[in-house]
Amino acid sequence: MSIGLVSAAYISAAILFILSLGGLSGQESAKRAVWYGIAGMALAVVATVFGPGIANWFLILVCVVVGAVIGYYVAARVQMTEMPQLVAALHSFVGLAAVFIGFNAELIMNKINRLREAADTEGLDALFGFAATVAHKTPVELAILKVEVFLGVFIGAITFTGSVIAFGKLAGKVSSKAEKLPGGHMLNAGAAAISVILLIIYMQTGGGWALVLMSLFAFFIGYHLIMGIGGADMPVVVSMLNSYSGWAAAAIGFSLGNDLLIVTGALVGSSGAILSYIMCKAMNRSFVSVILGGFGNTTGPAQEIEGEQVAIDSDGVAAALNEADSIIIIPGYGMAVAQAQQAVSELTKKLRAQGKTVRFAIHPVAGRLPGHMNVLLAEAKVPYDIVMEMDEINDDFPDTDVVIVIGSNDIVNPAAQEDPNSPIAGMPVLECWKAKQVFVSKRGQGTGYSGIENPLFYKENTRMFYGDAKASLTELLPKVD
Amino acid sequence: MKIGAPKEVEAGENRVAMTPESATQLQKLGYDCLIETGAGAGAGFADADYEAAGVSVIKTAAALWKEADIIVKVRQPTATELKRLDDTKTLISFFNPAGNEEGMEAARAKGANVIAMEMVPRISRAQKMDALSSMANIAGYRAVIEAGNNYGRFFTGQITAAGKVPPAKVLVVGAGVAGLAAIGTSTSLGAITYAFDVRPEVAEQVESMGAEFVYLDFEEKTADGAATGGYASVSSPEFREAQLAKFRELAPEMDIVITTALIPNREAPELWTEDMVAAMKPGSVIVDLAAEKGGNCKLTVKDEKIVTDNGVTIIGYTDFPSRMAAQASTLYATNIRHMMTDLTPEKDGQINHDMEDDVIRGATVTHRGEITFPPPPPKVQAIAARPQAEKKRELTAEEKRAAELTAFQKQTKNQIGLLAGGTLAVLLVGVYAPESFMSHFIVFALACFVGFQVIWGVAHSLHTPLMAVTNAISGIIILGALLQIGSGHWLVVILASVSILIATINIVGGFLVTRRMLAMFQKS
Repeated sequence: MSIGLVSAAYISAAILFILSLGGLSGQESAKRAVWYGIAGMALAVVATVFGPGIANWFLILVCVVVGAVIGYYVAARVQMTEMPQLVAALHSFVGLAAVFIGFNAELIMNKINRLREAADTEGLDALFGFAATVAHKTPVELAILKVEVFLGVFIGAITFTGSVIAFGKLAGKVSSKAEKLPGGHMLNAGAAAISVILLIIYMQTGGGWALVLMSLFAFFIGYHLIMGIGGADMPVVVSMLNSYSGWAAAAIGFSLGNDLLIVTGALVGSSGAILSYIMCKAMNRSFVSVILGGFGNTTGPAQEIEGEQVAIDSDGVAAALNEADSIIIIPGYGMAVAQAQQAVSELTKKLRAQGKTVRFAIHPVAGRLPGHMNVLLAEAKVPYDIVMEMDEINDDFPDTDVVIVIGSNDIVNPAAQEDPNSPIAGMPVLECWKAKQVFVSKRGQGTGYSGIENPLFYKENTRMFYGDAKASLTELLPKVD
Repeated sequence: MKIGAPKEVEAGENRVAMTPESATQLQKLGYDCLIETGAGAGAGFADADYEAAGVSVIKTAAALWKEADIIVKVRQPTATELKRLDDTKTLISFFNPAGNEEGMEAARAKGANVIAMEMVPRISRAQKMDALSSMANIAGYRAVIEAGNNYGRFFTGQITAAGKVPPAKVLVVGAGVAGLAAIGTSTSLGAITYAFDVRPEVAEQVESMGAEFVYLDFEEKTADGAATGGYASVSSPEFREAQLAKFRELAPEMDIVITTALIPNREAPELWTEDMVAAMKPGSVIVDLAAEKGGNCKLTVKDEKIVTDNGVTIIGYTDFPSRMAAQASTLYATNIRHMMTDLTPEKDGQINHDMEDDVIRGATVTHRGEITFPPPPPKVQAIAARPQAEKKRELTAEEKRAAELTAFQKQTKNQIGLLAGGTLAVLLVGVYAPESFMSHFIVFALACFVGFQVIWGVAHSLHTPLMAVTNAISGIIILGALLQIGSGHWLVVILASVSILIATINIVGGFLVTRRMLAMFQKS
């Protein structure tokens, strides 16, 4: 394939990617959108492999086949509740690949330099592919290339360790609490400063050791940055890492002079950035404060909570459900943890069969991924037209007979509106306490991820339905008729 | 003051505006009660019952009109009755002010205050005086009973030793108060009940009564019933067509059709056409509750029961409440009594005609020699409109334009600022960077821009799939590794192969997982 053909394929691929992202605006068109993405990716890979300057075809084939088999195996086996971990893990691959490709660019530059110093014109002419492009660069272009490589490796390295930690936290292998080494953000800032110094050294001397050393520091930043962010902020973290992986790809695209990499990287980068922005807005927090980790310090004593938590058993809940006409279910991460979505779906079907209005209220940051709850409910075959966003349903709570809160805490915390000293003050929440009756399905009396007391549990119209969400709902099912 | 209820003069009207029970309550408000002799006979209340309740029985209508300060009635007053009014008297009755200009003029000329019971606004506080609803409730119930009387079969399905009886199918058109009452009666008798209304928001009420709502395959922004005070409004011709087509489809199956479709101050819309009647089975019954306003079926004869050539009975009675005079009188008298309670805040037997009160103001059609119909819109919204819509309405056009203008200016300022800043930054880069870099940079900037534009449109519920797709797409980094794998050095080859391997995992895994997720989204 000539360069012209490859470029043409790249253009098509880029357009297909844009269509793929744009198609996600609706549930139905989204099903088509994935195919656009797959077609774009296939086109890009095939055009590159059969394009000019490619060798080691056998090795490529082996790697692609092995990678495809592993990818298929993983994706086919993963539980929908484990989706956040999987996405985080996959991000780390992109980061790692970016680091490796950056190193490669450095190695190739070294080789060319050695050839130049030896005045080995024969050797220079024998180069092809990426090496040949590098060999023809002017000194200014080479300097820019170095910056690009450095950036690509830096972002890639942060993405890699960050994603690994995010994976660990989401999978429960690493404590989900916000943990910082002594020194806190100063450590990160120091590491970043050293990286800048290393960039200057690298530019001056061209020493590959500076690049490697910098990547070690970047690995540390990625690790420490994400360790310092609590589990409740994970949706933002995952979409932020998604964004980083895109920027890393774009930086690599610059260093390789490959426009498709740049376009795609930029698309992914900006999409992740916007998602993070949307998430932060939903939590009424600035992006910076999420990245810097944990909740801000409270400015005064939290409001005293009066009253006590009143427990109820499944008979009581069933009786209330049988009498209710309109019901809203608020799922949260607890539903995902308990794998209760099937039971929830069953309950919904039963209630709907009796002509009751059953709807779901989804807070934008419910769960550990943006849209996490929607995916789980979809998996359990809850029709998506009864699944509402916060803004769509928040006004309807006063007319609702029964609200069932399943494993959510902060997103239904009235303190966000009532207590100006609360760490989550001002965060938009689902106003479920305005309904006639609220049942909270919860494992125990503990606080949620954020560690904040929830006055909802003490309200007069709230009853606590203790127990594992799945077990509780399964117990409830036969009693609802 | 004295409250008097004359005997209704309209032929066939059995209701009475005062019952012994309501009289007892009125006396507690400080009023003396009068009744014309025999006024309650049609509703089963004897003069002796009234006397026992402390009501003075007056021999003639003329004497009663003369003696009473407040006259309570059911039917719209006749010209003779209006002549008996004077400027000391208050009349409380159905009055039909929209179609009774002479009556209003006559009352105005006499200087009497007239409260029209049908004008009580539909707000929560006034529900206890809403005589239209209480009468409609009776009409709906009676319509079903009347239909059952003329229908030669059971309502409920039965399997007996003598054979299987299919259940009757009832269609109720118009789910207002009468319609809902008809639905309730019909379902409790065991019929399979269907109901239709032009206001889709009543589907819930219909279903709560146990009937099935008949949906049209028609997309239209119908006016929110809340905006018209809970009453139906005129629908578009396309909508009407869709509606008639649906009825035509239903007609052969239905055993009983009860039409209650009325639009305030208009001829009743024709909803059950002659061909639908022709398509019905012999023995079927149509009860047209809109007969008074011309009927929803053109074959309806007002106040009569007819049988068509194909054996369909059409009932056009307009006196359903009067046919249940005892019940209707009790309810109506209670409505009147509540009206009097509102008119007598001090409970001192003196009427206080407070024109600042939404309910009293709304129902009053003449007051101190002036016609006060039509009333201004009530201060309290009749039915809570969706709050968002109301918020928007609060802004006047000018305020809106001003708000839009400031928003626009702010946006323009922001954008110009960003553009200027961005251009400056790019220029700065352009001074130092070589051309090859700039050409890539253009691509990069454009791609970022496209990305920003596209992602805003992504549905909230699809954020997880979006992340999985972008994740899969970021596997494009495989291209970098592909380009490098041929470039000599053994370490380069190894690192590039590992990169290809993990990037492939990312691509395949990402796309597959996205497909799995999206396949699960389904519509109910």
